[in-house]
Amino acid sequence: MGDEPMRAPASILPLRLVDVSFAVNGKVIVDRVSCAVEPGPRTIILGPNGAGKSVLMRLCHGLLAPTSGRVEWASPERPGERRRQAMVFQRPVMLRRSALANIVYALRVAGVPAGERDGQALAALEGVGLAPLADRAARVLSGGEQQRLALARAWALRPEVLFLDEPTANLDPGASAEVERIIQAIHAAGTKIVMTTHNLGQARRLGDEILFLNQGCLAERAAVDRFFNQPASAEAQAFIKGELPWT
Amino acid sequence: MIIEAIYGAFGLMAGLDAKLLEIVCLSLQVSLSAVAIATALALPLGAAIAVSKFPGRQTLIVILNSLMGLPPVVVGLVVYLLLSRAGPLGQLGLLFTPSAMVIAQTILILPIIAALARQAVEDAWREYQEQLRSLGAGGWTAALTLVWDIRFSLLTAVLAGLGRACAEVGAVMIVGGNIDGVTRVMTTTIALETSKGDLPLALGLGVILVTLVLLLNAAAYTLKEAAQRRYG
Repeated sequence: MGDEPMRAPASILPLRLVDVSFAVNGKVIVDRVSCAVEPGPRTIILGPNGAGKSVLMRLCHGLLAPTSGRVEWASPERPGERRRQAMVFQRPVMLRRSALANIVYALRVAGVPAGERDGQALAALEGVGLAPLADRAARVLSGGEQQRLALARAWALRPEVLFLDEPTANLDPGASAEVERIIQAIHAAGTKIVMTTHNLGQARRLGDEILFLNQGCLAERAAVDRFFNQPASAEAQAFIKGELPWT
Repeated sequence: MIIEAIYGAFGLMAGLDAKLLEIVCLSLQVSLSAVAIATALALPLGAAIAVSKFPGRQTLIVILNSLMGLPPVVVGLVVYLLLSRAGPLGQLGLLFTPSAMVIAQTILILPIIAALARQAVEDAWREYQEQLRSLGAGGWTAALTLVWDIRFSLLTAVLAGLGRACAEVGAVMIVGGNIDGVTRVMTTTIALETSKGDLPLALGLGVILVTLVLLLNAAAYTLKEAAQRRYG
């Protein structure tokens, strides 16, 4: 899975959130979050369950529209254009076709010429170690295999930014380790990683910087080492203390 | 007498009795036409209700689900009133023709196919929506992807409609009139011949009808199972 030299000219990063809020039926889930996501470091959105991590990520990715505030990309996407960001969900959603065909489908939607799709899809499968299962129906693969396939599908699109929403939450330790290895490889190939997790060990292993979210508010933003050694906010201190015994 | 009737029934079937064949053919023609029309209308309708939000949507879904159990005689009566000479569509002169029977069966099975399709599409949409939008598949691309992916569930919905159409007697009896050689189908013949006492023909048709419905359901089940195993 080599680096493609093809890159769209202007980067879509940095991503700026300006006072972004999201509420459903009056219940505030994301509360006035402002920050900039720069290219480079792996960004981990950390926080307890229900902190609004997944919703914040969907707001960034454009799956949800903020109730108030703005989500601004440096070079905004236009409808109908190939997306330059991708997302891997907690539960991978596979179409009822083969593993390979699932990636080919994503490439087709992205406008990749027909002749190049199979080759790129197979290369992506090789990158996650699923090439031997290329012809298997995607939905009969195990949970771990499906998540790796989801990563291959996202990677095949060569996104500038890859959002990952608790990608290992449903996986056993072995499958989680494999998924983490793939995420590292995608990062090493130059894709910006933005990932949510509530797992402190994973945040330490995979993260460069932490956005700590608590009850919808951005409580703290810090480099990983600083965050874990000297958390500034009381909420982060409590979270680290409460969580550590289980990591 | 029953033994005799059964012998007679198999005799008719084995000999491919011309009259019997004609009745079976008309039945299939009427029901398949109704299914084709109902499917063309019901699948888009069900899909549209599944993916759109509008006031009164839940009420509409409840009504649609209730209409699955629409009594055929009531449908027959309503279509009869519409098509009868004094009715609003009386000038078309369709009453007591196979066309009238197709109309009645279409109305009967449209809610069945639409309701089942609505459920299937809604479940799939809930699952796929975010992923498809994330990949950049919107509008028609997403809709076609969805429909293709659940094609076996939709086929089951269509077959359910066909089974219902083949088996009902009330609607076709009222609007068709059970005219020999014109609008006489399997179910109406069975009703008539039974009351006349001609059990072999009634029984023969009964066996064919049940076999047909059985085969349909077996086909639907096998297909769904095979698809489940193949595609998950």
